[in-house]
Amino acid sequence: MSLGAAEYRGTELHRLSFLQDRLHLDGTLLTALLALSIFGMAVLYSAFGEDIAQVQKQAVRLSVAFVALFALAQLPPATLRRMAPWIFAGGMILLVVVMARGVIGQGAQRWIDLGVVRFQPAELMKIALPVMVAWLFADSELPPRWTRIVIALGVILIPTALIALQPDLGTALLVAASGIFVVYLSGLRWRWIVSGIGAAFAAAPLLWFFVMHSYQKTRVLTFLNPESDPLGAGYHIIQSKIAIGSGGLFGKGWLNGTQAHLEFIPERHTDFVLAVVAEEFGLVGVAQLMAVYLFVVGRGLYIAANAQDNFCRLLAGSLSLTFFVYALVNAGMVSGLLPVVGLPLPLISFGGSSLVTIMAAFGILMAIHTHRRTWSS
Amino acid sequence: MPLKEPTPIRDRRHDARLVTRRIFIAAALCVISVVVLMTQLVRLQVVDHHHYVTLSQENRVKVVPVPPTRGIIYDRNGIVLAENRPSHRLVVTPERVPDITSALTEIAKIIDLPDAKRERFEDLLRRKRHFEEIPLRTRLDEEEVARLAAHRHRFPGMEVRAQLVRHYPLHEHASHAVGYVGRISPNELRRIETSRYRGTSHIGKGGVELAYEDILHGDVGYERVETNALGRVIRTLERQPPRPGDDLVLTIDSRLQEVAERALGDRRGAAIAMDPRNGEILAMASTPNYDPNIFVDGMSRAQFQELERGAWQPLFNRAVRGRYPPASTIKPFIGLAALDRGIITADETIRCTGEYFLDGIERPYRCWRPGGHGNVDLAAAVAQSSNVYFYEIGFELGIDAMGEFLRPFGFGETTGIDLVGERAGVLPSRKWKRTNLGEGWFHGETVITAIGLGYFVTTPLQLVTATSVFATRGERVQPQLVRAVQDGSTGEERFLGNTSPHPRIELEDPEHWESTIKAMRDSVRHPRGTARIISHGLRYDLVGKTGTAQLTTLGEERDYEHDERPEHLRDHAIFIAFAPADAPEIAVAVVIEHGGSGGAAAAPVARAITDAWLRDDTSYLMTLEAGRIDTRRAEEIIETPIGVLP
Repeated sequence: MSLGAAEYRGTELHRLSFLQDRLHLDGTLLTALLALSIFGMAVLYSAFGEDIAQVQKQAVRLSVAFVALFALAQLPPATLRRMAPWIFAGGMILLVVVMARGVIGQGAQRWIDLGVVRFQPAELMKIALPVMVAWLFADSELPPRWTRIVIALGVILIPTALIALQPDLGTALLVAASGIFVVYLSGLRWRWIVSGIGAAFAAAPLLWFFVMHSYQKTRVLTFLNPESDPLGAGYHIIQSKIAIGSGGLFGKGWLNGTQAHLEFIPERHTDFVLAVVAEEFGLVGVAQLMAVYLFVVGRGLYIAANAQDNFCRLLAGSLSLTFFVYALVNAGMVSGLLPVVGLPLPLISFGGSSLVTIMAAFGILMAIHTHRRTWSS
Repeated sequence: MPLKEPTPIRDRRHDARLVTRRIFIAAALCVISVVVLMTQLVRLQVVDHHHYVTLSQENRVKVVPVPPTRGIIYDRNGIVLAENRPSHRLVVTPERVPDITSALTEIAKIIDLPDAKRERFEDLLRRKRHFEEIPLRTRLDEEEVARLAAHRHRFPGMEVRAQLVRHYPLHEHASHAVGYVGRISPNELRRIETSRYRGTSHIGKGGVELAYEDILHGDVGYERVETNALGRVIRTLERQPPRPGDDLVLTIDSRLQEVAERALGDRRGAAIAMDPRNGEILAMASTPNYDPNIFVDGMSRAQFQELERGAWQPLFNRAVRGRYPPASTIKPFIGLAALDRGIITADETIRCTGEYFLDGIERPYRCWRPGGHGNVDLAAAVAQSSNVYFYEIGFELGIDAMGEFLRPFGFGETTGIDLVGERAGVLPSRKWKRTNLGEGWFHGETVITAIGLGYFVTTPLQLVTATSVFATRGERVQPQLVRAVQDGSTGEERFLGNTSPHPRIELEDPEHWESTIKAMRDSVRHPRGTARIISHGLRYDLVGKTGTAQLTTLGEERDYEHDERPEHLRDHAIFIAFAPADAPEIAVAVVIEHGGSGGAAAAPVARAITDAWLRDDTSYLMTLEAGRIDTRRAEEIIETPIGVLP
């Protein structure tokens, strides 16, 4: 039995603010997200060669994304939990529709055109999948029984495979990660985790020979030896490393990145935007950006640890970690640590679809933090 | 916290602890991965910072084109006509020079920098992009190279580059056949495959340099080089060598070419010698000529226009582009046509009264010799160049039969020589006149055509080709300037051979060839032959025909003697010949613009050439050069041309 808002306002137990109480927003997280967004627009202004119109487009998209955040923050986690199977089922149907159209249309097909906006079902999966897995594990003791884990793995594998076949390897990896994080957080025994990782390594050759497209193989090969094809596939990585390396400790200064402005950096407003950051703001700038990302993840994990039930804990933890993987994989690929998989840098890269998903995830995190059930003694 | 929960509190606590533990581990992993990432960034941005700064400033590894070495051009005996010589030049990269004007002033104190070079540089400076190298001076001498090296620090953005440049060691010699290379023009840039010409600045512009550009050029190679921040090459990573252009062996014999050029001397004209058996051009002289080397360095626009359009047009290859009336040199061909068509026999005579009348035309068509030549048969008519004889048989033949007979000799069409820009001349016909002038044909034009005047024009090359047909008694070969191509890498020689695309000319009676050739022999040997001036000391069987093309209509009353006429109104002197008559090895055509009579001016040039080729004897050339051939007396005896056009 919950109390009315007025009744617990001012209680010592929860330090409640207007933001948290009425708007269901987390001020700390919101500040960090706004900071990232504003910094991102500044970087884009430089990456676009000081074209303010492009930055304005990004501002519109950010606004839409913040609206999504706000909307989802209003949704009580209990409602989300009840809707979980339906959301997942809807997402799956859309994925299959896209897949079918792709088969008919001969080629990569990721979009559903809603007239006003185009919509990627894979993006929806980034949220629908962890919600679904968390729902699977939420109503029983942790760690879950092995039957549930098998079901969960199936739930993870099917959408991942569909997305990978689109083909969109980057998103597929993220979607899989969001589900696996739930399994991990649910307390799956370490020996299973270790054997799972071992099995993944064993499956890699199969993936290589039967699943991956030739351009994806090229990316991996290029990652292993970028210098093998300096004017072709390795060009991205080499140019990106040159941009980062030449930035030095303090960078060349905002709007002064020669690599970026002479258009040596490919995809400099989208996937490789971090190279622009590194070139213009140097190691110090990147370190600060990474610190903000860590802070955001830390806050997300704090929310997860303090959540009131298993569903919320698992979901909040998974969404936070997925966000981090997003940033980490992008940074790793731009700096030459990981193969180029085509993931944007969250909240900095130009582009709309993933932005909305990310903000929606933070909306859910905030909802988990602010819709707290209290019980009278 | 006294919270009441739906499930037993112990299990809830257990679950919360479990998830929290996992969250802590995940958080730790996050921190660790960021540390790993930062390590990589430190490596890139701190440890290897300078390396990447270098790469970013000059940006990355450069791919530098290595231009191929242009093929060498030899004469038929292996004498070099065009080669490549190392040369130092000073190039400027404008974007690296802080102040171009003052830098130019300063550098002019160290090296010789004529105003023309400076103008040309400024012209290029406007056209080129600022990071491209622009040549400022070519052919720096060793002293200048040394001085520039010593002062190098004062001139950022200026570099001395060694490269191979085209060189024509014999200068003017055979310039029209060899041609020249020059800087690639914007027009040519649009036409060529630019990737093949990366790193190449020059391209063939005339002669075989132009016609065989594809073979001479070769294929560009590449070098991948690492450069430092200043753009200087540190090391070569990979090299794909260029494939050098193939060498050309010309059909030209330099010695004979020399004779032809010297025999023409400072007169304007063309002399061309061909082997009638295979079409190989043995000599091709066009005067005045030019030194192709001047194009290599480039010249100002004004200089070029002077060369191209100036009074004597030295760039103009008179041998293949000059169009002259064949005049009387056409007579053996008309005679042969009349024999072949059965209009006359070789022995039949026609009375040359000096005048010929056509029905309905009051004014007579005249012979150049007042009073005419009396009764002449074919031999006498050719040897003495009677006009009336040919008016008569020409009229009988008619323009259609004439054209039909002459066309297989190559009149009115290009010979197909391996040069660009050959002209076709005009073989007049009803159709030609209708198309080009929109008028019908007149009888008067038929008789004029029969003596090689009127609309009839040929190039010297067409004349020598047609003469070769005579020499071979019906075989028409295609003239060619390149004898063989030598592979630039292996030196393997590939002879081009000659494919004659033309059918043999078959006469009703092959004896007609001999009758006409006898007539041509008489023009050289007979005491009244128009070319007898060259018969003195002639030890082989040279046969030929003179021609004198009047450029003005002179009235009946001769106002002044030929020599007194203004230069530009004097006649063109023409001579065709081949030798030895029975087993011809050489055919020659000579045209001297405003040179006077064919016998006196052109024939001696031909003899000098045939003497040199058949007997390796240049004494006739020496006599000619010394002016000891009394052409004046010859003129008096032989002819004083008069106007023939009504």
